Amino acid sequence: MSSLILRTAIRYLFPIIVLFSIFLLLRGHDEPGGGFIGGLLGATAFALFAIGYSVETSRRMLRFELHQLMGFGLLMATLSGVVGLVLGEPFLSSAWIEIPIPGRPEPFKLATYLFFDIGVYLVVLAITLMIVYALAEE
Amino acid sequence: MNWLIISPILLPLVLACIMLVLWRHPVWQRWIALAGMVALVGCGAGLFGVVSLHGIQSEQLAGYGAPFGITFVADLFSSIMILAAAVLGTAVTVYSMTNIENRRESFGYYPLLHLLMLGVCGAFLTGDVFNLFVFFEIMLMASFVLLTLGGERAQMEGAIKYVTLNLISSAIFLAAVGILYGMTGTLNMADLANQVVWIAENRPEELPLLTILAMMFLIAFGVKAAMFPLFFWLPASYHAPPPAVSAIFAALLTKVGVYSMARFFTLIFTHDVGTTHMIILVLAGFGMICGVLGAAAQNEFRRILAFHSVSQIGYMLMGIGLIVMLAHRDDEIAHHAVQMGLAGTIIFVVHHLFVKPNLFLVSGVVERIGGTGELKKLGGFYKSEPLLAIMFLISALSLAGIPPLSGFWAKFVLVLAGLQLGQYVIVFIALLTGLLTLYSMVKIWAAAFWTDAPENSPVHNAAHMAHARHGLRRMIYPIAVIAVIIVLFGIFAGPIFDVAMEAAGQMLDPSAYIDAVQFEEFSPTLGRGEETGP
Repeated sequence: MSSLILRTAIRYLFPIIVLFSIFLLLRGHDEPGGGFIGGLLGATAFALFAIGYSVETSRRMLRFELHQLMGFGLLMATLSGVVGLVLGEPFLSSAWIEIPIPGRPEPFKLATYLFFDIGVYLVVLAITLMIVYALAEE
Repeated sequence: MNWLIISPILLPLVLACIMLVLWRHPVWQRWIALAGMVALVGCGAGLFGVVSLHGIQSEQLAGYGAPFGITFVADLFSSIMILAAAVLGTAVTVYSMTNIENRRESFGYYPLLHLLMLGVCGAFLTGDVFNLFVFFEIMLMASFVLLTLGGERAQMEGAIKYVTLNLISSAIFLAAVGILYGMTGTLNMADLANQVVWIAENRPEELPLLTILAMMFLIAFGVKAAMFPLFFWLPASYHAPPPAVSAIFAALLTKVGVYSMARFFTLIFTHDVGTTHMIILVLAGFGMICGVLGAAAQNEFRRILAFHSVSQIGYMLMGIGLIVMLAHRDDEIAHHAVQMGLAGTIIFVVHHLFVKPNLFLVSGVVERIGGTGELKKLGGFYKSEPLLAIMFLISALSLAGIPPLSGFWAKFVLVLAGLQLGQYVIVFIALLTGLLTLYSMVKIWAAAFWTDAPENSPVHNAAHMAHARHGLRRMIYPIAVIAVIIVLFGIFAGPIFDVAMEAAGQMLDPSAYIDAVQFEEFSPTLGRGEETGP
């Protein structure tokens, strides 16, 4: 679809959508959000490029092969579960390290759950785009 | 120990991910896949060793106790199945390096193979009905793609039947899971076993509903296992994909159905064996006859083998069905014979897991050299490939049950158990089926190996033969290794029988299985025996 309005709008919408999807991903631990919904939103940003410009442009924007992205995400999610196994707990047990932040009373907790969620984000992004590209190329 | 239970699931998953990352390098994928399968054999052997030494092992993911958390349980039967599946997977991976063309390899054949193993191993290990459903779906999705990979017309035709019937079965499975949860409030298998006993004691009026549920599960697993009236997808689809895929399908897909059925109908649905297991026994008998007669009518190498699977599934179900006699007799001899029947099922499953795929692998070599699977257009393989012919003969005679090969012992144990329990009809059918199996095998032998090659066969074309022989060793070696396993299986039938008896004993006495699972202390259903009911 070669609509000037859409193309111009995408240029401004794209960074906002991607940023918002990452925001959703990061806040998902205790509040609504998470890897799945973040991944869906992230895919929307690239899907907009596929609609406004072409699938090729969208693929170039992504830089990574979709299969690789999917494999990498799945690997990350799985390995986040293995961390618990390495520490002698059952598979998928959560583990975290506390990073003190200067000027704040509470430390920042970096948990394996975050990496699981990032993995889900990548898998959902890749799968959604795979479907969108396949439909757009028909 | 906990990593050992989870390893048969984790290993294929991680390797499949790595292979996806290496999407553009099919040759690397090959070797990663092979290394993964070999490692899986190690995991399976380790698990088998631990289970046979220390009894049933269980693991709660993330440390949440049953019935809330995800449970994995490894008993003897499941660890035997994982070990056997991994050995076969290794053989098929080596075989695939020649048999699967580059265009199929580059579309993710090896990652899919590992995802299939993930689903299969998960189904063997899970101790939770819903997770069983999930692993079934993983396995089915991987097999859908493996079946259609390459996109030939025959493949699509087979895949449509396969997908449709299996989706219906999944729907029935899921509905049954929902009703089961509504009735018992749990989906943990160990907890379910407790709940069924509780229902039988406290709410006998609900038992007929439980029997109906058992039948729903029987249908769901029956489709996956290609049980008698539900087997149509199998002969329609097994001959379509490349022989390596046929082989891995023949080895694993139906076995998972049989395994689940054996698990459910020894652990959970034991409230009314007189009805449920009688139905299994009758269907087993029909399956044997129907499959073997169907195979006799076929004229293509792989179609004969595919149809034959239906009759072999009948044997596997026979051992489960023989439990019916516990409804009528409660003496020592009956219990021992029932245990022997179940051991026969286990032996038969493992025997079939090697023999049938090996026949498919042989058919792949024959098709590669002869250019077709049509028996009329084949011939002369005994003369040109004597080693291959001998390996076919070993597998085929084992399938028919000729002593001293593995099939003989599997059938012998089943028949003996049937005779001790006085089930003469099913014994007669089993023996008759063995004879008819021999007929089909002899038909293949006579047409493809014994007679001379026909005039217009591509065997006479030197260029074709040079191409066909390229890389053929990688197809022959796995076949030879499996043939050796089949022979060894027959020679060491005694120790194998002892292990199978122990595995059957574990299954018939669910208390060990239930005790192995770590329950949460404040489990809501565990203390239900004390309440009076609403």
